[in-house]
Amino acid sequence: MMEFLLLSMILIPLLGSILNGLLLRSGSPARTGTLASTAAGLSFLAALLLCWNYLSTGQIVNVNFEWLRVGGLNLAWGFRFDAITVLMSLVVTGIGTLIHIFSIGYMDEEPTPYRFFAYLNLFLSAMLILVTGANLPVMFVGWEGVGLCSYLLIGYWYEDIKKADAGMKAFVINRIGDAGFLIGIFMLFQIFGTVDFESMKLIVDGSGSLNVRWLQFAAFFLFVGAMGKSAQIPLFTWLPDAMAGPTPVSALIHAATMVTAGVYLVARMGFLFRVSPDVSHFVATIGCATALFAASIATAQRDIKKILAYSTVSQLGFMFVALGVGAYSVALFHVMTHAFFKALLFLAAGTIIHGLHGEQDVCKMGGLRKHFPVTFITTSIAVAAICGLPPLSGFFSKDAIVFAALTGPYGGPYLWAGLSLASLLTAFYMSRFYFLVFFGEYRGNAHPHEGGWAMKLPLMDLAIGSAVVGFLGMPHGLHVLPNYLDQLLVPTVPGWEEAHAFLTEIQSMVVAVAVALTGIAIAAFFYLPNPARSDKAAPKLLAIDTILKNKYWVDELYEVVFVVPFRFLSGVAARIIDPRVIDAAVLFPSRLARAGGTLLTFIQSGSSQFYLWIMLTGGLLVLWQALKGLIV
Amino acid sequence: MSTLLPWMVVLPAVACLFCLAAPERLSKVIAMGSSLAGLLLAGVLYTEFDASNAASMQFLYLAPWISQYQIHFGLGIDGLSFPLVLLSKFMMPIAIAASWNQTHRVRAFMACFLLLDTAMTGTFLATDIFLFYVFWELALIPMVLIVGVWGSSERVYAAVKFFLITFAGSLLMLVAIFWVFMAHQEQYGFYSAEIRSFYTLSWNHGLTYFGLTAPEWIFLAFAVAFCIKIPLFPLHTWLPDAHTQAPTGGSILLAAVMLKMGTYGILRFCVPITPDAFHTFSPYLAALALVGILYGAWVAFQQADVKKLVAYSSVSHVGFIVLGICAMNPEALTGAMLQMVNHGLSTGALFFLIGALYERRHSRQLSDFGGLAKQLPWFAFFLVFVSASSMGVPGLNGFVGEFLILLGSFKANAIWGFVGVLGVIFAAVYMLWMLRGVLWGPLASEENKSLTDLNWRETACLTAVGIFIVWLGVYPKPFIDKMRATLEAYWKQEPTIITLKVDENL
Repeated sequence: MMEFLLLSMILIPLLGSILNGLLLRSGSPARTGTLASTAAGLSFLAALLLCWNYLSTGQIVNVNFEWLRVGGLNLAWGFRFDAITVLMSLVVTGIGTLIHIFSIGYMDEEPTPYRFFAYLNLFLSAMLILVTGANLPVMFVGWEGVGLCSYLLIGYWYEDIKKADAGMKAFVINRIGDAGFLIGIFMLFQIFGTVDFESMKLIVDGSGSLNVRWLQFAAFFLFVGAMGKSAQIPLFTWLPDAMAGPTPVSALIHAATMVTAGVYLVARMGFLFRVSPDVSHFVATIGCATALFAASIATAQRDIKKILAYSTVSQLGFMFVALGVGAYSVALFHVMTHAFFKALLFLAAGTIIHGLHGEQDVCKMGGLRKHFPVTFITTSIAVAAICGLPPLSGFFSKDAIVFAALTGPYGGPYLWAGLSLASLLTAFYMSRFYFLVFFGEYRGNAHPHEGGWAMKLPLMDLAIGSAVVGFLGMPHGLHVLPNYLDQLLVPTVPGWEEAHAFLTEIQSMVVAVAVALTGIAIAAFFYLPNPARSDKAAPKLLAIDTILKNKYWVDELYEVVFVVPFRFLSGVAARIIDPRVIDAAVLFPSRLARAGGTLLTFIQSGSSQFYLWIMLTGGLLVLWQALKGLIV
Repeated sequence: MSTLLPWMVVLPAVACLFCLAAPERLSKVIAMGSSLAGLLLAGVLYTEFDASNAASMQFLYLAPWISQYQIHFGLGIDGLSFPLVLLSKFMMPIAIAASWNQTHRVRAFMACFLLLDTAMTGTFLATDIFLFYVFWELALIPMVLIVGVWGSSERVYAAVKFFLITFAGSLLMLVAIFWVFMAHQEQYGFYSAEIRSFYTLSWNHGLTYFGLTAPEWIFLAFAVAFCIKIPLFPLHTWLPDAHTQAPTGGSILLAAVMLKMGTYGILRFCVPITPDAFHTFSPYLAALALVGILYGAWVAFQQADVKKLVAYSSVSHVGFIVLGICAMNPEALTGAMLQMVNHGLSTGALFFLIGALYERRHSRQLSDFGGLAKQLPWFAFFLVFVSASSMGVPGLNGFVGEFLILLGSFKANAIWGFVGVLGVIFAAVYMLWMLRGVLWGPLASEENKSLTDLNWRETACLTAVGIFIVWLGVYPKPFIDKMRATLEAYWKQEPTIITLKVDENL
């Protein structure tokens, strides 16, 4: 029964996708969207039942079908519903369903909504394969599947070639990560002879004789995959471009679910990363650098979706710090809270963009709290949550990360300081966003209007979630509620002993709140009194503003370092090496034969004069030879 | 003794004669009927094939041919040839359906396809080395005609180039065939032309000719012939020309089936007849395969002609197959076999789609397209779907083959795995580049606004291929099981030897 539910959870959205693609090709947004939302909702229901089953009986549901059994490889279509899946599948199907419903309102003027909803359902299915897969290759099926859906959805409005290109960029950069993922799989297969999560975990936990160097290599390459999917330095450039997709897609795929797949991968493989100290340090360093880097860029962006995109990159950096220092359950906690408040922020942005007929520049907004009351209130909650104000969800999860960065097995003061600075920047750019959009006077020319209930209800639900899900992971230090999340995840991800540090958890919280308030205060100082002057009020710290506006010219750098050489070299291969070298060499014998023929044609000219000349010359030569002998 | 295999070989040849005699419209029906009957026979073969006994030849059929040299009309099937026979029988009706609108000398055109069917099936089924050679060469003739008579503007150049280069390789192979044939007579005192009887030849490794031993020369002669057909970098330059000029049906069969004759040949001849030489040369072959994987992808990316782009993508894909063969372990070998079928399905379907587009728009230039997704939604769906299969998106067939090949290659030599994986990245680059050029962007040009979407005949063909693309990606077990026994025996390099006592059999 439970096995059936598990398969239904994965397959119902796939079925919805097929039905939409086959039967509702001319359906209205309401019809196609209802079908897709129903499929998503049923999947959510199945997830709820499975969770209830897991929480009440503790029984892990397994489904296995043979996939590839060759030589030493015995690979199954294995699906597994365990603690970590409880968390992930609820987030994916729950938030997924809300975003499906929201999309009915958002996509109300689409000529071919069936495509959108079919892709969205397909995405949900692939994402569920990703989080339920019992071994790395099955996870990889979902991993690339969500990548394909992301490609299709970013380029959903393909008639704008820039949007199609953004999709292509996303897929190709993800493929670079995927190549690393594959190498990681191959290495782990070499080491363990299996790539099944449970079997590998048993071997690592039970054996001290493994070659740590090889394990570290494998962990490193898996992390390369995570860097691609979760947009970490240096593979982050696709995510801001991915904002070309419809906003619900940005909310679901590029904020709440798909981009956290890298975090999920590292957490799922926590047993491996736990015994790979060098790679763990690397993960934490990359995460911290990304958190700071992306947050700094977010402070200077004007496109509402770009601000949120860089914010997502930055928040993912936070999660990777947690993973790097060994606090896997904390990273997953932040995955969950972030999914709520970031999905909410994106949907709010979507409501605003929809209500302003496509306007995305925050400098042309302002005063929208009057026109978008529901959006305003819900966004306030989300902004407070991401800034880390108690007692909202982001406060608990971010504080847990910052504290773990200090006290985790691989943590240290530098990471703590880096994340604190990133938190300051986060509070600043989110408040800037908030003040510019909702306060002051309206600076645009559209007629702002809020969307219907299909759009408002998901906002409200997500706002409640953003406010309360933090209580599931209350820190032990507060002694208010037990840390339910930790209790849930204990059997699946490695725990850790907090090291002694110069701050206690309570002190760290106080510092974090102070940091957040400082960031908000700075933003209020610059933007609240006179948002009409909007971005002109930004601190013009000489070159810094230019650098940040141009995102450190990373895209341009990659263009020069990778794209241009690739185009050049492939051009050389196609236009010089292939025709002029290889083909010429292959054709050389035939050219030789033809040249020889031409030469012989010349001799056999048919001209008697020529023949006579040859005869005469020959005769003279013979004569000379004969005479030479006589003379000497 | 079963007569199933001779039926599979002879039926198209007989139909070919009827085709030539029949009126034009009927000839198409005859060709389609014959190829569907062939597909039916392949279905029978699928159910009757004994997977547990796949290590030895099944459905053996033996008729005397040149008795004094023990040369026979011998047909048989094992796990190596099984998937390829099925593939060629499956692609045949699709290729004919793709040629349905041919108006120029239809009878001869259809006859060429049927002759090709006979020759390709015969090549995969022959158990006699001379019969193999005859079918191998026979396959060349109709294909050269298909390119040279029914091709595009540069067809004659392409056909002659195709013929000369392949034929040069075939002659080298003929020398090698005579060499092993005589060597067998010398070592055993009697003639045999049964392919498997050469697997037991022993060689004097001390004796060298121009620095190489006899088996090394034999290996190279076979390998050059097969690598031209595959085609392995740097022997590939005939392929883009032939593909661009060939009519759609010809391209489908060329890519889907004929290229596999090369990889099949390596597995059937090079590896088991001269295993030591294979061992010596396989690193070089693997290096060429890896260069081909990357080089093919890079050159594909630069093409302005969609068909040429797909042709170069084939160079990249067959590189994976050769890499899998070189790794020579169960994972990589199974992957290589699967990849032969996968490449046949996905590249065949790509050529089908490009052909459908060409029929409507009379252009293959990327610059003439753009935005077709709006005008041709079903075409767009299939193109994205097949491209996903071609670039190895998991859940579809391409992934299964590539995954096994790369896994096995990584086991054999980590560097092979590392470099091979790069090919996966570049595959995405050129495939998505193609999708971008054909499907995405504004629907600008007026000609493209009047195009019609796929008709039922085209949709049916692509759906049939699509079913297998999903099936092989999700549940390849039935196919792997049919090959397992053969491949297990094979990679241990202990092929079951059948010494045929011909007189008792007949």
